[in-house]
Amino acid sequence: MRKSDVFLLFLAIHILLFCFMFIHASMRQKAEMEFVREKREMVKALELTDLCLFTEANYTRHLSQADLHTPFQDSPLSLEHFPSGSLVEPPKSLRKTNEKVD
Amino acid sequence: MRKWIERQRNILDFTLSSLSRRKRKNIALISVYTLVVFFLASIVFFTHSIRKEASIILKASPEMIIQRLVAGRHELVPMNYIDKIREIRGVSSVKGRLWGYYYDPITGANYTLLVSEDGQPAPGKITIGEGISRTRLVFEGDTIEFRTYDGVLIDLEIKNKISSESELISSDLILISENDFRKLFGTPKGYATDLTLQVKNPKELSTIAIKIAELLPDTRQILRDEILRTYDAVFNWRGGIMIVILLGAMLAFIILAWDKASGLSSEERGEIGILKAIGWETSDVILMKFWEGMAVSLSSFLVGIILAYMHVFFASSVLFEPVLKGWATLYPKFRIVPFIDASQIVALFFLTVIPYTVATIIPSWRAATVDPDTVMRA
Repeated sequence: MRKSDVFLLFLAIHILLFCFMFIHASMRQKAEMEFVREKREMVKALELTDLCLFTEANYTRHLSQADLHTPFQDSPLSLEHFPSGSLVEPPKSLRKTNEKVD
Repeated sequence: MRKWIERQRNILDFTLSSLSRRKRKNIALISVYTLVVFFLASIVFFTHSIRKEASIILKASPEMIIQRLVAGRHELVPMNYIDKIREIRGVSSVKGRLWGYYYDPITGANYTLLVSEDGQPAPGKITIGEGISRTRLVFEGDTIEFRTYDGVLIDLEIKNKISSESELISSDLILISENDFRKLFGTPKGYATDLTLQVKNPKELSTIAIKIAELLPDTRQILRDEILRTYDAVFNWRGGIMIVILLGAMLAFIILAWDKASGLSSEERGEIGILKAIGWETSDVILMKFWEGMAVSLSSFLVGIILAYMHVFFASSVLFEPVLKGWATLYPKFRIVPFIDASQIVALFFLTVIPYTVATIIPSWRAATVDPDTVMRA
């Protein structure tokens, strides 16, 4: 077998896998939509506001409900020490300003 | 056509032989290249899917949350605020919500306790999320001991477990009766943690929020749009550690491409000189280098993307888990729905394969246009 044949075969297999990735994604989306709807219904029924992604601190558990000083609640010099604090930003509603001062 | 294909295959054969002569260097190059694509694609797949799922699920969250602030901190809301808000035209319903955090010293985890109107457990009973069951090793019929605000211990029996399919929203959740909630936290009757509001016409939401702020100046309003925007900004490429990871990966790639583009090794120059001397055209040399660039970059790209897909959607992003988990002792186990966006893959392709292939061709084209004798002597 020529080297080019081996390479082209390798490429063809990977292109097939690449295409299969999209097919798989679309199949999984269809199959899991039922669970997504279930979660949506639960959010509606329980009036939930946040995803359970970061459970290490209460202000990262409910990101959209956090207040202004929660990362520093232990003391003013207690710098943010939870790793998820470096992953996510504070909610938009806390960052908006009422008036430009300069 | 057949002749053209045969020519391409011959050149590809030669290119692959040439690459295999510098086997170690090229294997190292392909490995690093694949790793860079793998990391970039894993981040893209993970962040896009989680944002997409959040946007679908959280569209059902309350249209507006009203919190009361006292001295800059959340405070309980008196239920008589409900009557004042109800008088505003356009408001269809206002309800008090009771929820809070309970720190469990046994597991070192924070639970979210919530009173739900819909399917509220009987007093003395609770419904728990899968994460609590897994961390605390408790199941239906078992009891969990809670310490109330005044130090009294109470036992609550687990009546149900929330389906594990919904761990992304309910892993640390405990549904509790209103009586038990008030007993546990000492929340007085006539007060709620916050209020939720529904309006008749969603277009009037911001006007109603302004009216509430005027009527009750000690409150702040969180609109559903703001909740959705918060999750749209989570894992945004500009945010926090994401930019550090992306910058690191991009810099590694730029160094890789720069090394390639800045010049050829003397061995490669000699090879081009010999090829020219035995009669290869400049176009043949460029074609050979094109195949070389494609062989390295396209295979690394495809392998990197496929591995990233398997990592995120089959192995639940196992490499990102320590970062996402942080110091949490209770962490949800969830599978993300693969919402993949073709435009992001195209962007990754243009960011990685195209610059590398161009960076391989340009110096070779320069070397190929010079007299073979000069190239070989250099």
